[in-house]
Amino acid sequence: MSSSNIYKPYLMQIEKVIDEAPGVKTFRLRFTNDADKEQFNFTTGQFGEYSVFGEGESTFCIASSPTRKDYIECTFRQAGRVTSALAQKEEGDVIGFRGPYGNIFPLEEWYGKNLLFIAGGIALPPLRSVIWNVLDLRDKFNDVTILYGARSVADLVYKQELDEWGKRSDVKLVTTVDPGGETPDWKGKVGFVPSVLDWMEPSSENTIAIVCGPPVMIKFTFPELLKLGFTPDTIFTTLENRMKCGVGKCGRCNVGKVYVCKDGPVFTYKQLQELPAEY
Amino acid sequence: MSMQQRVIQHENLLKFLGEIISSGKQLYAPQKKAEKTYFLPASDVHSIVFDYIQTAESPKELLFPKTERMLSYEQVDGKLKMIDHAEGEIFPERVLFGSHPCDAVALKTLTDFFRHDVPDAFTQKRQDSLTVISVSCIKADDNCFCTSVGTSPGDTEGSDILLTPIGNAKYYVEVMTEKGQSLFAAHEKYFENSDIISKDKYLTKMSEVFSSSEVTARLSKAFDHPIWSDASLRCLGCGACAYVCPVCSCFDIQDEGTDKKGDRLRCWDSCGFSLFTLHTSGHNPRKNQSDRWRQRVMHKFSYMPERYELLGCVGCGRCSRACPADMNIKEQLKEITEKIEG
Repeated sequence: MSSSNIYKPYLMQIEKVIDEAPGVKTFRLRFTNDADKEQFNFTTGQFGEYSVFGEGESTFCIASSPTRKDYIECTFRQAGRVTSALAQKEEGDVIGFRGPYGNIFPLEEWYGKNLLFIAGGIALPPLRSVIWNVLDLRDKFNDVTILYGARSVADLVYKQELDEWGKRSDVKLVTTVDPGGETPDWKGKVGFVPSVLDWMEPSSENTIAIVCGPPVMIKFTFPELLKLGFTPDTIFTTLENRMKCGVGKCGRCNVGKVYVCKDGPVFTYKQLQELPAEY
Repeated sequence: MSMQQRVIQHENLLKFLGEIISSGKQLYAPQKKAEKTYFLPASDVHSIVFDYIQTAESPKELLFPKTERMLSYEQVDGKLKMIDHAEGEIFPERVLFGSHPCDAVALKTLTDFFRHDVPDAFTQKRQDSLTVISVSCIKADDNCFCTSVGTSPGDTEGSDILLTPIGNAKYYVEVMTEKGQSLFAAHEKYFENSDIISKDKYLTKMSEVFSSSEVTARLSKAFDHPIWSDASLRCLGCGACAYVCPVCSCFDIQDEGTDKKGDRLRCWDSCGFSLFTLHTSGHNPRKNQSDRWRQRVMHKFSYMPERYELLGCVGCGRCSRACPADMNIKEQLKEITEKIEG
């Protein structure tokens, strides 16, 4: 992107397609131009505009860790026009990508702390980037706990990675599905994320909570965390307002005076408390 | 401070504008179309109109077209090629004549906004190749309120050359910028020497209806105020206000074409539309029309001043003239300073 055209995407080739859950796919993308690859850098928390030529652009996070060089990954649910067109793409096809945009998770500030990741459904991808980043720098952090829930067993994404995290002795993983979403051989918990969190009773001592999920999960998880002794400035989340440009120009992602594309997508609960309810 | 001041006779002004056309530059000037006045490309200076309060549409299209083709793409031998329209494209030399000072300020606001933080090449290149010759206001109507938003009928801001009608078919000429100077220098024979004169007595008198800094201060505490729903009950959400506004710059990005060949376009959009912020999930952070009306006022008078030190309004009054539901921004802003506590 040496051009002055800030809307010109990189051309990325789909190297791998993974079917995660019904309607949910992960793409591993490689730069088609070596010079682009060389100068590309991102930090965990950032997002991009992914495009199918002829259909348009769609906004989602970079779901891979910046410690894994040479490629980026994205995970999306087929929902609108662009994601439906993306879902038709196959390995070897070329799509567009602009980014990275937005702010970051302040990992360096979290060195030496315990990290508690809480994710629901299709909101694991942004945290997956942080989780792999943290695990690739494992020595720098204290305890790592992951609580992940989905509507049903089929809806859990990154199943293979969940297995991998579950087997690690330096990660505590708790998975749960909503009541009725379990299968006969399901070994995880059954219950909504906030209730399972209540049961887990994680310590808030020297701990950062990173929460991503559907609005209803967030709504009931934040009070639960406060009850456990977390202060609003130790709870992190991401906002996902509709965007077009990603660079603070198109004028639609703002929450009051805050632009999600520039000041976010990463916010603390304390910052959210100061914002009007416009997200 | 102007770099030069001169006087020009009306008939010489027409010759000057005629020479601009014959020199190959595109001249945009106020002309009649279906009873209304618009800035249109001029091929004959005699079609230019001088007796208008405000054009129906603003000149923002010269920097920010309704549709900007940002890139094209094409499949060639199985490989996707992109054509970048910010590079290699010729942005034609253009002269805008007849903008009022409010519009010139708005062009500067647009330029500054698009240049901020991540510079937008399209707007910048269009600005670089545009020279603005404005004409001060000797008339106004009830919808005008430039003096309430920090500008005035003879403001030179944003103009490369400003003409002020001083009677007897003459204009006082202030050359403000290098761009203005080079245009002036190329056609100097049409201008007569002049002392610096005070323009004020020639300009329309416009009293300040409210203070925009007062509006900005009140808005910081007004997000949940009932004023928004009261004011917007009759809003149709048609977006006409954004369409005619010289400062509104929100846009959409859309592809037009097939997977084999097409364009990626930037198109005008409006915060008044319900689809503007609608999530794919169906959730809409601004689900009521009043939320969208609040966004329009807040963006212009609170967020823009706070983020960019720019005001999103120049008091041209076009939105009030265009609104099919008779919403009036001047009255709304006045009401804000009266009803919302400081």
